[in-house]
Amino acid sequence: MTPHDATGDQESVYAGLLGDTDASHWAFGTGFDDPLAGVDTAVPEGVDRADLAAYCLMLGDDALVLAQRLAEWCSRAPELEEDVALANIALDLLGQARPLLARAAQADPGAVPVLPPGSPAPPEDALAFFRDEPGFRNVRLVETANGDFARSTVRLLLFSVWRLALLERLRGSRDPVLAAVAAKGVKEVAYHRDHAARWTVVLAQGTEESRRRVGAALEAVWPYRDELFTAHPVERRMARAGIGPDPADLRAPCAAVLEEVWAAAGLAPPEVPGLARVGGRAGRDGVHTEELGRLLAEMQSVARAHPLGSW
Amino acid sequence: MSAARGPEAAATARARRAAAAVTDPELPMLTLADLGVLREVAADAEGGVDVALTPTYSGCPAMAAMRADVVRALKAAGFTEVRVRTALHPPWTSDWITERGRRRLAEHGISPPGPAPRHGGPVPLSLVPRRRALRCPRCGARGAELTSEFGATACRALYRCAACGEPFEHVKEI
Repeated sequence: MTPHDATGDQESVYAGLLGDTDASHWAFGTGFDDPLAGVDTAVPEGVDRADLAAYCLMLGDDALVLAQRLAEWCSRAPELEEDVALANIALDLLGQARPLLARAAQADPGAVPVLPPGSPAPPEDALAFFRDEPGFRNVRLVETANGDFARSTVRLLLFSVWRLALLERLRGSRDPVLAAVAAKGVKEVAYHRDHAARWTVVLAQGTEESRRRVGAALEAVWPYRDELFTAHPVERRMARAGIGPDPADLRAPCAAVLEEVWAAAGLAPPEVPGLARVGGRAGRDGVHTEELGRLLAEMQSVARAHPLGSW
Repeated sequence: MSAARGPEAAATARARRAAAAVTDPELPMLTLADLGVLREVAADAEGGVDVALTPTYSGCPAMAAMRADVVRALKAAGFTEVRVRTALHPPWTSDWITERGRRRLAEHGISPPGPAPRHGGPVPLSLVPRRRALRCPRCGARGAELTSEFGATACRALYRCAACGEPFEHVKEI
């Protein structure tokens, strides 16, 4: 691909790599076009723009925050192939987050943080890197610290079982952007779910220690599950408007898939209550655990230090 | 493509040839046309051209390089205004890899994908690795073992041939 002058008189071994290409050759991450170009972005009739934006933030933030957590595993997973697998899953989720945040920005420009004039950050980056913690709408499940590999595996299992059930239904959304993101995402999350389910079985059927850990992981993660199926008022209104499913309707299909995993793994879901809400509020309302603040500090620090930065 | 004749049709055909010859940055044995990611090319008679690319996976980081390479190829072919957009819909499927693309993959040691699963309704959970009837692209033997469903890029899985022992990559079905 790269024009390379093998006979040229080069001062450094890298000089020839550039050839006559322009700088875009090196600049992955810049020069992105509008991620929604070519998709019908008209907001469907009868849909409140602020609600649609909030809903897209919920689904986009779930993916963005879990992508960040999964990326933390890179170079720390039990084996090299697992580093690669978790990084791939993170990349898929990041890819899903981008058009969702862009859709949120487009539906409700008022939701996008205002950056200094001249900042090259597109609206979806402004949302990802310049919103404070209470502005994030993700469920608390995705923000908690990774813990050990068993805990991250069980968390990925619960999340991907739920997200696949959600995306399967979102394919029929009245919102063309959500329908397009979902049609693509179903294919990807199907691989994520299989991966997490297989590891759960392997850990549960492995050594005494791996079985102990996966049991402890399930105890720790299970309380976060309720939030996935508890409708926020925005989700309820989106369900009525034909934009997304009612979260409560995902409970039974998710339970059926998890039953298959528990049966193969010889595990039983624990009898632990759901995580308490704070004055009736939880992640979808912007009320988070203290873990999210630390995650955002790391994820956002470079962009915030250089709001005019272009790289 | 439209059946229109005249300068637009000629320019579009020329633009299509130029864009279709651009190679994938991560699978350089394939052109964008072989990979099935080049969705639309439409040129006007004034040097403008619109191109639609679709990502293989949502987060495919090669998209930026593909777009830059398409712009460069079309400018080299004499087009002055090149607009490349990302088409999310319909979603890419590995079924769009052409016959030539499949042959080129195999010739370069990468196992081409089988038919993609069709997901209209709920996707069934698969607790054991899906069975793929693969041939080792090096020795031709059957019976490769899956190392990982996730390879060096989002679109590839890792296998190891049971006969010759060599690892190889397989383009996943999606």
